Amino acid sequence: MLKDAVGMALTTIRTQKLKSFFSLLGVLIGVTFLIAVVSIVQGMNVYMEDQFANKLVGLNTFQLRRMPNFTDASEEQWREWSRRPRINYVESDFVESRMETPAIFSRFCSERLPLVWNGTTAKDVDVWTADAPMFRIKNLDLEAGRVFTPQEAEAGVAVVVIGWEIGEKLFKGADPLGKSIAIEGLPYRVIGLLTKQGTLFGISLDKFAVVPFESPVHRVACRAGFMDEFHVKADNVAGMQAALAETQEAMRIQRRLKPAQEDNFAMQTAEGALEGWKKISAILMTALPMLVSVSLVVGGIVIMNIMLMAVAERTVEIGIRKALGAKRRDIMAQFVVESATLSTLGAAIGIATGIGLAFAVRSLTPLPAAVAPWSVLLGVSLGVAVGMIAGIYPASRASKLDPITALRAE
Amino acid sequence: MSDLVIQIRDLVRTYEMGVETVHALRGVSLEIRRNEYVAIMGPSGSGKSTLMNLIGCLDTPTSGEYWLNGQEVSRMPDDALARVRNREIGFVFQTFNLLPRASALANVELPLVYAGAAARQRRQRAEAALTRVGLGNRMDHRPNELSGGQRQRVAIARALVNEPAILLADEPTGNLDSTTSEEIMRVFETLHDQGQTIIMVTHEADIAAHAERVVVLRDGRIASDTRRREAAA
Repeated sequence: MLKDAVGMALTTIRTQKLKSFFSLLGVLIGVTFLIAVVSIVQGMNVYMEDQFANKLVGLNTFQLRRMPNFTDASEEQWREWSRRPRINYVESDFVESRMETPAIFSRFCSERLPLVWNGTTAKDVDVWTADAPMFRIKNLDLEAGRVFTPQEAEAGVAVVVIGWEIGEKLFKGADPLGKSIAIEGLPYRVIGLLTKQGTLFGISLDKFAVVPFESPVHRVACRAGFMDEFHVKADNVAGMQAALAETQEAMRIQRRLKPAQEDNFAMQTAEGALEGWKKISAILMTALPMLVSVSLVVGGIVIMNIMLMAVAERTVEIGIRKALGAKRRDIMAQFVVESATLSTLGAAIGIATGIGLAFAVRSLTPLPAAVAPWSVLLGVSLGVAVGMIAGIYPASRASKLDPITALRAE
Repeated sequence: MSDLVIQIRDLVRTYEMGVETVHALRGVSLEIRRNEYVAIMGPSGSGKSTLMNLIGCLDTPTSGEYWLNGQEVSRMPDDALARVRNREIGFVFQTFNLLPRASALANVELPLVYAGAAARQRRQRAEAALTRVGLGNRMDHRPNELSGGQRQRVAIARALVNEPAILLADEPTGNLDSTTSEEIMRVFETLHDQGQTIIMVTHEADIAAHAERVVVLRDGRIASDTRRREAAA
């Protein structure tokens, strides 16, 4: 019986394609929203956690900084942060010396500088001045050559390990190892080439070069005696938590902060970097049900109206069916199923459109939009439910028609 | 089982039209035997439509009794009446009343859908009914692809498909030209010869002449009930 009813509904829809399409537009849009937004948000979540946090900040890693990174703050807040002292060598040494948790450390400064070789310039390269453990902290792998040694870092030897894109740009496939490139006019010998890391939000992660912290560029990148960041990497999450606590304690001792005083430094973790995104994602996920419900309510009302019109237009048909033996519940079922079929069809097209949008986002942007199976199931269920609810009233009107009156209606 | 298909006793039907009470039927008694071919005639307002609706179980009487094929149907609730219409009555309407978007076959299958027949059985029986009215080669045509006579034949096939106790025709030739009307009357005669009980409401005397018995209504009462020839059964 259900199969017959769905079949009848589809026949009706097929014979009135345009009208049916417009009537299911509301449900279509609602479900499209649902699928697309959920897909994009979920994709963003995966992306932010896998890529953004771990590549930019690093796994089990935190950075001791003057002020938090990746965060939005009021202007006042910024002014307060800007008055804070920078992190200096004495402090970083103190933190490192007191640390009981197994960890590796690196001082870090960064500056955008041009790199020149043989008349070719690579502009706006992030030049990192760092200690030798930086390569392990950031999980940087070598394509060729070697990284610099702690001794080289300490001595400030002018050697450089270049990112994949710099190798491409300056050497165009030729072997970069042993070549001498100019950074701020200072000659640096290329000792290593890093593997390709790809892009993040369309920004290359391979356009950088790492030089020993004390090497000549240091005076351009950092103020003497200070650093931008002090990177700490522990073995695991628990280690990182312990290291965070130890670092905070060491810094407070070193800076002689009273218990009532707040920290005048920040420790940036990957999780912290995600806070901004989490806020946006929470807003989207709160707004989404509202958007979807509004579309679905509108869609439901439209479908209900269409069904009322259908009942009015097909009064004779209802009369015929009743004369031929259709019971109330047969007529009721026919119109509820028709309404549900219409709405489910809308939901199905909406799911297709939503998935299409998600894939479009995936191919046009670096976001790996991922369709969530639960959102598809929810979309279908909502389609069926909206259709059935919207169909009840028109169907009940149809089922209550008097066959004689209905047959006479023309 | 009794030979009577229809037993009607003192059937009264009144309508409330605002404050006024309209007496459509003022006490009609009628018996119709199996395989009778009856024409119900009468001027408009005579109550023949009301009687037809009551016989067709589309309406229930204000008072009186109506037994159809051994069941008292005058006090039945809606859904039970729907079942009776489905099993015992085959309707043929003046305006054919076919579903415009469905094929001839689908139209004929419709009563079987409501009878709860399986899809295969439905198809077989509908095909047989269409073949019986000479439309075996037009089963997939839609009503608008058929002539008036062919549409009425589809309607007749639909009326017969559940093997009803009575074929109830309301002005079956009202929308047809005289040649086609004769054609439909020949179909009725064949069905009658095969044992079908037929009740036909008409205001055309030459159409009524095809029936073996003519009941004339006037002012909600039976004015005359004449048998033209004895039933063959």
